[in-house]
Amino acid sequence: MTTTPAVAGSDVVAVRLPPRSLGHELRAVKIVWQRELIRFFRDRLRIVTSLLQPVLFLFVLGTGLAPVVGGGVGGIDFRTFLFPGVLSMAVLFTALFSAASIVWDREFGFLREMLVAPVGRGAIVLGKCLGGATVATFQGLILLALAGVAGVPYDPGLMLSLAGQLLLLSFTLTAVGVVAAARIRTIQAFMGLSQLILMPMFFLSGALFPLSNLPGWLQVLTRINPLTYAVDPMRSAVFDHLDVGTAAREAMNPGVTWWGWQVPIPLELTLVALMAVGMLAVAVVQFRRAE
Amino acid sequence: MTAAVSVDGLVKRYGDIEAVGGLDFEVGPGETFGFLGPNGAGKSTTINILCTLVVPTAGSALVAGHDVVAERAEVRRNIGLVFQDTTLDDYLTAEQNLRFHAELYGVPKAATTERLRPLLEMVGLEQRRGSRVSTFSGGMKRRLEIARGLLHSPRVLFLDEPTVGLDPQTRSSIWGYINELKRHEDVTIFLTTHYMEEAEHCDRIAIIDSGRLVALDTPEALKASVGSDRVQIRTADDGAAITALYDRFGIAAAVREGEVTFAVESGEQFVPRLFTELGLPIDSVSVSRPSLDDVFMSYTGSTIRDAEASSSDAMRSFARAMRR
Repeated sequence: MTTTPAVAGSDVVAVRLPPRSLGHELRAVKIVWQRELIRFFRDRLRIVTSLLQPVLFLFVLGTGLAPVVGGGVGGIDFRTFLFPGVLSMAVLFTALFSAASIVWDREFGFLREMLVAPVGRGAIVLGKCLGGATVATFQGLILLALAGVAGVPYDPGLMLSLAGQLLLLSFTLTAVGVVAAARIRTIQAFMGLSQLILMPMFFLSGALFPLSNLPGWLQVLTRINPLTYAVDPMRSAVFDHLDVGTAAREAMNPGVTWWGWQVPIPLELTLVALMAVGMLAVAVVQFRRAE
Repeated sequence: MTAAVSVDGLVKRYGDIEAVGGLDFEVGPGETFGFLGPNGAGKSTTINILCTLVVPTAGSALVAGHDVVAERAEVRRNIGLVFQDTTLDDYLTAEQNLRFHAELYGVPKAATTERLRPLLEMVGLEQRRGSRVSTFSGGMKRRLEIARGLLHSPRVLFLDEPTVGLDPQTRSSIWGYINELKRHEDVTIFLTTHYMEEAEHCDRIAIIDSGRLVALDTPEALKASVGSDRVQIRTADDGAAITALYDRFGIAAAVREGEVTFAVESGEQFVPRLFTELGLPIDSVSVSRPSLDDVFMSYTGSTIRDAEASSSDAMRSFARAMRR
């Protein structure tokens, strides 16, 4: 095929790429994932700053509002109630900002290096989402370590269950962020958009107040918010491990209802997982089209 | 023997605008092929088509024997790319950037390790392999990108304006590295540039203007085709000088870069006649052999620097400055 062989004495060995295979795609997923981790752990400031807000909510808002809330019903600490919501908040921020790295990469040209590689768009998107999910889960775990301070027992089963749910939620939220980032050209626009999404999503998720006895319009808004279906299972998990009466549980952890029908927790988690798959698919299509 | 690049009737339209208007050419294996033209001539569009980033409207192109539309992944495996703007991750070290690339291209692990050192040595960055790219100068980044472009042993290395935005010293050192890699690697180089002196490094040059090929040959042959020497004179009255040149010698001259410029067969012998026969005072005179600049001018009707809208350079350096 080629003519002039490398000059004698040359010490550079040519490589031959093996044919494309699933193994190659998986290597691509892994390296994209790894890069997210390297970048995250290089950026210690980011680890601290993205923890600051959830901690503020938990200890300042939680402590400050406790007297107003009146110690809850059945003597439940308001911070215990708040804890699952704050966990989801930590994950929400980190996951969305991880997705911002796509916009960043586009601005700095690195996205191009990835998009001209002989590898499927799916591998790149999946690597990104897994990277964002890992990083966000890591943030969630740091916060989870503070469970005891918020009156949540360190039960191994509970911790594992919460960690697993955090991972699922992180992946879904990163995928949402990647879909948003696929079309956005500047980091400023992405930050603006995520500010627009973040707070409403957080406030309407039941992270800060129980979802029962809300006026109709608020009922609707909370039910169409995907974060709702992640916060409720986590709070239920926490309440399962608390010694509370039925009345208190019904007031503080009423669950999510659709027209009076109690949505079971497995269905809620399935909805979150389906959303992850759907967003992942949309992201892959967007990156294919962007070529 | 397969051509490294083979382009057949290539057309790319954006709406009503024809960026590439029917290109045909071939690049042989091992060749260093220069693609020259003013901004908007269709250079970048062509290179983007060859790199599978843009789909042509009509015509076809083969790179390393693979169709750029139908066999996109195969083409990508066989090409290395160095873009005008850097595409490195500043947060990673030089070595991490290279390893990322190797994984993405599916280079076998052992081969990566084996190839890293000689490539880094070739571009003079072996000492800095563990340093973060954010600490690198513009020239070092470009060298690292060249090493990265070669990591998977591509058959064709595309260099899109490889020295744009670098100072003259760094530019010539980059060329030192490119010539060095030609001795070590069995690779075809396809480059675009608007620096005429860099085009001299090429085996063959294609000049394109308004999406069409206007010339394609070796630098020597292109210069020979322009033939004559270039004479530039400075006078008190350029208009009178141009008229006089036409009346007495039948030479069509024009003012370029502030001097009366014209072409004659053998300049040195013409100069004494010029002084005695022109009948006008001449302040200064210079004679030069045809350069690629003259070639470019004779084919496109403008100097490449006039043609290169200086605004694009300004925009690029502005964009760079903003990123820092």
